[in-house]
Amino acid sequence: MSKIRLATVWLGGCSGCHMSFLDLDEWLFELAEFADLVYSPIADVKEYPQDVDVALVEGAVANEDNLELIEQVRERSKLVISFGDCAVTGNVTALRNPLGEPEPILKRIYVETVNSLNAEIPDEAGILPPLLDQVKAVHQVVLVDLYLPGCPPPAGRIKAAIAPLLAGEAPELSGQNIKFG
Amino acid sequence: MKQIVIDPVTRIEGHAKISIFLKDDGKVDHARFHVTEFRGFEKFCEGRPLWEMPGITARTCGICPVSHLLTSAKAGDAILSVKIPPTAAKLRRLMNLGQIIQSHTLSFFHLSAPDLLLGMDSDPVGRNVFGLMATDSELTRKGIRLRQFGQEIIEHLGGKKIHPSWTVPGGVREPLSEDSLKEILAKVPEARATITTALELFKKLLDDFPTEVASFGNFASLFMGLVTPDGMWEHYDGKLRFGDSDGKIVADQLKPDDYQSYIGEAVQSSSYLKSPYYRPYVDESSSEGKAEEAGIYRVGPLARLNICERMGTPLADEELREFRDRAGGIARSSFFYHYARLIEILASTERVENLLNDPDILHTRVRAEAGINQLEGVGVSEAPRGTLFHHYNVDENGLIEKVNLIIATGQNNLAMNRTVTQIAQEYIQSPEISEGMLNRVEAGIRAFDPCLSCSTHAVGQMPLHVQVLSSSGDILNETWRD
Ligand code: SF4
Repeated sequence: MSKIRLATVWLGGCSGCHMSFLDLDEWLFELAEFADLVYSPIADVKEYPQDVDVALVEGAVANEDNLELIEQVRERSKLVISFGDCAVTGNVTALRNPLGEPEPILKRIYVETVNSLNAEIPDEAGILPPLLDQVKAVHQVVLVDLYLPGCPPPAGRIKAAIAPLLAGEAPELSGQNIKFG
Repeated sequence: MKQIVIDPVTRIEGHAKISIFLKDDGKVDHARFHVTEFRGFEKFCEGRPLWEMPGITARTCGICPVSHLLTSAKAGDAILSVKIPPTAAKLRRLMNLGQIIQSHTLSFFHLSAPDLLLGMDSDPVGRNVFGLMATDSELTRKGIRLRQFGQEIIEHLGGKKIHPSWTVPGGVREPLSEDSLKEILAKVPEARATITTALELFKKLLDDFPTEVASFGNFASLFMGLVTPDGMWEHYDGKLRFGDSDGKIVADQLKPDDYQSYIGEAVQSSSYLKSPYYRPYVDESSSEGKAEEAGIYRVGPLARLNICERMGTPLADEELREFRDRAGGIARSSFFYHYARLIEILASTERVENLLNDPDILHTRVRAEAGINQLEGVGVSEAPRGTLFHHYNVDENGLIEKVNLIIATGQNNLAMNRTVTQIAQEYIQSPEISEGMLNRVEAGIRAFDPCLSCSTHAVGQMPLHVQVLSSSGDILNETWRD
């Protein structure tokens, strides 16, 4: 059997879901026998590749760069998994939503509360991606195949989701494995 | 002037970018490091109860959530005006040490070892932790288990490896159980053996990287961190010290509450990361840009080792002596961050053992109850990457009115900018750009182990896209690292 092409993706999240992935610890050696990590922030890949079998997506869609990437991920992956509460619901990343547009938030942080030099909103075009007016959960933007909740999902839950995939079976999450927070 | 844009994220994951500006003769003028992520914690926390703050601010960062948990709880302690029970303080220390171990191990084994062991110019396809698993499985397994050890300390105390809701204003929610104590203690020897191996390995490697040592952010600056009243290494409490590159103590025993009198923050239009600076050295009335540069300081492992008198535990003190010999006194090169980080892991294993043998550690009185007694509080602690400040103002009901967070990585922002400039000047001599040069620019940033999650999320091997533009914006040369 050929190896599964696995990707992990970071959008607007805290990286905790990725850290939980690394909490698979020595099971990562087993994973490496069945899967190739073809794209991940912890590996060296230039562009999201074609023909990915499984993509674990951490974080919510918060800015233009996130938006562009998630569309690519959907197009090029067979199975997209919302990985963690930020991806599933927006979670902490979406806490800014009730405040409306980002402009007053940026002003509060970069102009009103700075105690000294060059108070201004950072906005260099071409360098800083524009923020979306509202942060979105991944399924509000693209079709999601499986939800893996948790903040972050503990390593055991991640294993329960991906171990069946390695054996060519569809994962069934239930009980403790579908808990938020 | 030409501009090179290193876009680590090739339109993919826009979290951090680097621009390099070339003079007309092709030599590097300067470079900038841009952080492109923004989530707005300082604003959306307004109006929320103080009690939620540890849990929410921990979500700033999944790599060092414990630092936010602790620092937020300490700001809360100040607002309640309580002195927390001694056992609670010791348990918080224990958790912080667990975090220093796991986070530093991640930085060294999972993220930087591929550069150091496989080589800066090695094939980028395999230059990551999975590549390392394939080429040196024994060492990588040790590293994975060492990180696991740190994470398990956090889990034993807080019930979860990442984002435990355990620290609260007034103390902690749960005491340590006897079973947990035994389990952690049983794993100390393996952790000690692994970190000793890693230190020996790193010292051998140092000789292979003379140019990197010389050019990876090697300059004079201030260093800041917490120290005890007698100037020893500290990670949870204590007061602040600034020292310079000649070993002179510039300011000592500064109260964290007064941080605004000695730390200012500058904003750059091209980054969401603010640049803190040492205020007494900066002319804030100056109308020239970049006045903040005069107040450049570094934080984190390198700074903590540079400013302290001693580490306070025997093995780590021995290593500190050797570290200073090898650095020729105060270590100015940011390449030495790696070395300092390993020594801090060793120190942490010694301190974990000491705390577990402390007769108080199993006491069950771990939380002081109180209401809102002050309307303002500052919390500070040493995160793995440097000093972290949380500053809150609340109303009579304990609802947050204002939040200021000074993140460790931000305080290295000026130094990281200078580092990318220095590396670019060393390695770029013409518009022909090699992959190895790109990786070195990244590796220079990586030495600081920036917790970009606190601001961006980029960690480790970032894909790079470099464009050399003429002043009219035409692409003269383009390189991808793939
Ligand atoms: S779900 Fe939680 S752990 Fe995961 S990215 Fe969001 S805040 Fe971080």
